[in-house]
Amino acid sequence: MIYRENGQFKTSYGADQQIFPIAQDRYLVLAIIAFAFIGVPMLADEYFFRAILIPFLILSLAALGVNLLVGYCGQITLGAGAFMAIGAYAAYNFLIRVPELPLLAVLILGGLTSAAMGILFGIPSLRVRGLYLAVATLAAQFFWDWAFLRIGWFTNYSSSGSVSVSNLTVFGWDISSPVNKYLFCLAILVVFALIAKNLTRASLGRQWMAIRDMDVAAEVIGIRPMWAKLSAFAVSSFFVGVAGALWGFVHLGSWEPAAFSVDRSFQLLFMVIIGGMGSIVGSFFGAAFIIILPIFLNQFLPALGDLFGIAISTAAVSHAEFIIFGSLIVFFLIVEPHGLARLWATSKEKLRLWPFPH
Amino acid sequence: MKIRTLALAISMATFGLGSTVMSTAAQAQAKEQFFPVIVYRTGAYAANGTPWANGYVDYLKLVNAKGGINGVKLSFEECETGYATDRGVECYERLKGKGATVFQPLSTGITFALTEKAPVDKIPLITAGYGRSESQNGAVFTWNFPLLGTYWVGADVAIQHIGKQAGGLDKLKGKKIALVYHDSPYGKEPIPALQERAKMHGFELMLLPVAHPGVEQKATWLQIRQARPENVLLWGWGVMNSTALKEAQATGYPRDKMMGIWWAGAEPDVKDVGMGAKGYSALTLQHGAEPGSKVVKDMLAMVHAKGQGTGPKDEVGSVLYMRGLISAMLGVEGVRKAQERYGKGKVMTGEQTRWGLENLNLDQKMLDGMGFAGVMRPVQTSCLDHMGSSWVRVHQWDGAKWNFSSDWYQSDDKVLRPMVMLASGKYAEEKKLTPRTPEQCKQ
Repeated sequence: MIYRENGQFKTSYGADQQIFPIAQDRYLVLAIIAFAFIGVPMLADEYFFRAILIPFLILSLAALGVNLLVGYCGQITLGAGAFMAIGAYAAYNFLIRVPELPLLAVLILGGLTSAAMGILFGIPSLRVRGLYLAVATLAAQFFWDWAFLRIGWFTNYSSSGSVSVSNLTVFGWDISSPVNKYLFCLAILVVFALIAKNLTRASLGRQWMAIRDMDVAAEVIGIRPMWAKLSAFAVSSFFVGVAGALWGFVHLGSWEPAAFSVDRSFQLLFMVIIGGMGSIVGSFFGAAFIIILPIFLNQFLPALGDLFGIAISTAAVSHAEFIIFGSLIVFFLIVEPHGLARLWATSKEKLRLWPFPH
Repeated sequence: MKIRTLALAISMATFGLGSTVMSTAAQAQAKEQFFPVIVYRTGAYAANGTPWANGYVDYLKLVNAKGGINGVKLSFEECETGYATDRGVECYERLKGKGATVFQPLSTGITFALTEKAPVDKIPLITAGYGRSESQNGAVFTWNFPLLGTYWVGADVAIQHIGKQAGGLDKLKGKKIALVYHDSPYGKEPIPALQERAKMHGFELMLLPVAHPGVEQKATWLQIRQARPENVLLWGWGVMNSTALKEAQATGYPRDKMMGIWWAGAEPDVKDVGMGAKGYSALTLQHGAEPGSKVVKDMLAMVHAKGQGTGPKDEVGSVLYMRGLISAMLGVEGVRKAQERYGKGKVMTGEQTRWGLENLNLDQKMLDGMGFAGVMRPVQTSCLDHMGSSWVRVHQWDGAKWNFSSDWYQSDDKVLRPMVMLASGKYAEEKKLTPRTPEQCKQ
């Protein structure tokens, strides 16, 4: 009833090819973005910003990057954590070695360094694919873990191996308060999501999807696999690298290589699988599921116990959190193997027929 | 299809319900001194984190049983981190909103992350026996309190003890000492102090990192077997310690030549190895296992006998339990000291507690009165010295229990003080901080 495109006539190619051809979708997304920029800063408290929203935004960006590679180009990667680390440490080194650079440039340079390394470690994808490629990218993870722990130059010879940044400003705008950090991350995420969406609709994204669906056929119709695969690695690593730099600079403030361990790589891959491969909105769903659900369970279970007068021990809550989280992953994958994004799409289909399904 | 829709509906409804339940739970607050308790009772380091957490919480309960701090009762809430830095930051954000008095994260990684946040939120950070070594300089690290000792103190005393056993520090010349360390900020902290000592005495320092969580040590011990260092220092945590001792047993490295930091010298580290760890010694952060002390007897009588004990009864008085207990005591005494200045019987803010911690003066009489006779030596902090004491003993595992095997040591300030000043100065420069002057300290 409300969600119908009846009466919306397109009179130009531009109108036909826009990102959200249905007006309701367009207004909804604009409303969400407006709410995120204006409503959320008025409603949320510091805990919400620092512990939930900022990690969610940054890891959404990383998941978006991984989704471009895994979901759109079909190249499985287990090295996403390493590329986050490269982004963070490269940005750190640019920041301390060239102090004149503005923060935004530092973040972009961190992303570019990560992109260059992505191309390098993407080379095996030209020969191996599938699980074998996953193992090859795992090499990147272990190599960079080792490098950031062992090579003192990367951490500016910090004795503990932990580096930190502070006093961040973007063109004179001090982003040390949680609200400003949130707005900064949100602005970056919106820009990058727009870039990602448009890339996937453009020639490059179509090449990636052709390679994903059948690389031999794609090659026959004139798509260069080397260009397509390496560009996917580069763009993906760029996104992931910027996210890594934000994770270190904005979220943690002080970090060690363990913040970007192999666990992080798995976490990002799971976000993409649970959220929906080959879907931009899926990256957000996946990140929300993986970041927010455990924290929610951790607080919800004791509160629920209190309601019934049962005191649950900290260890039991933590164990229950893992059990419920794990079973929910299994549940959602059984209900919808194509991820939360497909559930979202199905519900939209249903909404179109509502209230008179046939 | 029906079940599927039902399950989906339930999960959605849980989310809705959850947010309302949580918002009501957050409101219950009275006039109590709130102690956030950051713990890890699960994960790779649970065996060591649990007794610490039990001791910490038990002491808060004991203070309540004795009538609180000048009548102010203590309240507390636990938050589980699993030793992960990002979860630790989440816990900090969650608990700080409830009026947190002082944070004790029991993780060097989390300490590093919180060091940036504590000055902004005005909540002191006690890191008794861990954390950043240079944070001893309170003029720069206003909010950090590495009370009782830092890793540099540990490293310094370890070399003093090895030197004494060898018959003098000059005998160390040309010898080889290996450091087997947890490859994290925790394990890396002692390296600068050891390098300084190596330069002074001319011994060779072998650095052997072990990756988290420390169950893979075959290669490390192969290297030790080849290089045959005179002594091995063990800077491990959790399962890494018992693994190291088992590997030492397997490679035939003499256990009495191995010495651990105070985090590698508790019951969970050696129990599984039993007689295999006989002769292994470890530094102590003043105290060892103290089942005979008065505070432990009080604890058993006033908390455990009433069925309010947090953990099992036989754990009370073990090394890590005592560490948690003493950590809690230091926080509580900081509040008590702050009350002397800002009003007895009032709830102290983080800022007021900070003053209390900075002017802490626990002399032997007070400690004995609280039941710490024979457990601890005096602690006195100041603006420039946030550590308060550097007394260390060595204890040795005889196969069944820990026994003290050395006299009291103190770290050599002539070696460490310049390092602390240099490192904290570098930190101040990086962060564009101006160290507090002696006049500012008095405020």
